[in-house]
Amino acid sequence: MQTKEFWAGVKAELPLLIGVFPFGLIYGVLAMGAGLSTTQAQAMSSIVFAGSSQFIATQLIGAGAPASILILTIAIVNLRHALYSASLAPYLKKLSPAWKGILAYLLTDEAYAISITHYERGGDIRLKNWFFLGAGLGLWTTWQISTAVGIFLGAVVPPGWSLDFTLALTFIALVVPRLADSPSLAAALSAGVTAVAAFNLPYKLGILVAAFVGIVVGLGLETRKSISGQKGAPAPK
Amino acid sequence: MKTWLVMICGGLLTYATRLSFILLLGKIEIPAWLQRSLRFVPPAVLSAIIFPELLLHTGKLDISFHNARLVAGLLAILVAWRTRNTLLTILVGMVALLVLQGIFKL
Repeated sequence: MQTKEFWAGVKAELPLLIGVFPFGLIYGVLAMGAGLSTTQAQAMSSIVFAGSSQFIATQLIGAGAPASILILTIAIVNLRHALYSASLAPYLKKLSPAWKGILAYLLTDEAYAISITHYERGGDIRLKNWFFLGAGLGLWTTWQISTAVGIFLGAVVPPGWSLDFTLALTFIALVVPRLADSPSLAAALSAGVTAVAAFNLPYKLGILVAAFVGIVVGLGLETRKSISGQKGAPAPK
Repeated sequence: MKTWLVMICGGLLTYATRLSFILLLGKIEIPAWLQRSLRFVPPAVLSAIIFPELLLHTGKLDISFHNARLVAGLLAILVAWRTRNTLLTILVGMVALLVLQGIFKL
């Protein structure tokens, strides 16, 4: 039963893995371009094991940002995992510390997305942990292999191909579909403009300043919207 | 050396974030303002990377059709918006950049 549940998790994760593979590959290429050694590039994929933050880290390393800024940026980019952690916590409550430790390590965007829907369906929770393990390990394995392929490609592709541009393109593909509401759009635009204006700040602080501005603008706009919504103002015709 | 330090500290903080509520359930609550702010982290951070990549050319603002990365990036934004297809977005943007660089020597 446990083995069956494990493989069901791997299988449910498969469609997402097809999308993850190119990201790992691009990360490997970018890491080589930023001057990481092959060992470092590969190690980051298991030590940090979080796509967007690894992308940003390679860019900042390439630009020569200091360690403190790099660490802070990685931590902020990965803060969203606290939400996943809070959301899954009730289902993992009764597990042993070892299980909790392993599942937390495997808690990525993709593993969360697949596992939370499975948990919410109800049924025997103890079995579902094997499903989560399968989904998480499936993603982990794919991330390591695609990183390795990217590292290999990064070493053989000539720099004239401008492969570093895949960073901006990947982020465009990730962010644009999420801008459906005006607070998100305002957060993105204000952060982007701030990042350009603050580009020459020392220590590559620009990204952190820009992210802060974007988050505050988004929050502010959302608060204003919900306040005017609560007043029950009639919608303009 | 610095890269290893960054990886290990960044990795530990990331792991601590992932483990946080799984370990501390019932002992602490996630504050409402933090929960609401987290939604804006991805659009803000990702845009903070995208904008300078498209708009700055060797550190200077370049808003013109001669800026190949800007043109290719705008095309990619259009594709991402209309199709929501990640791979297509990256492919169109990359091909556009290489074609623009090749033809116009931008």
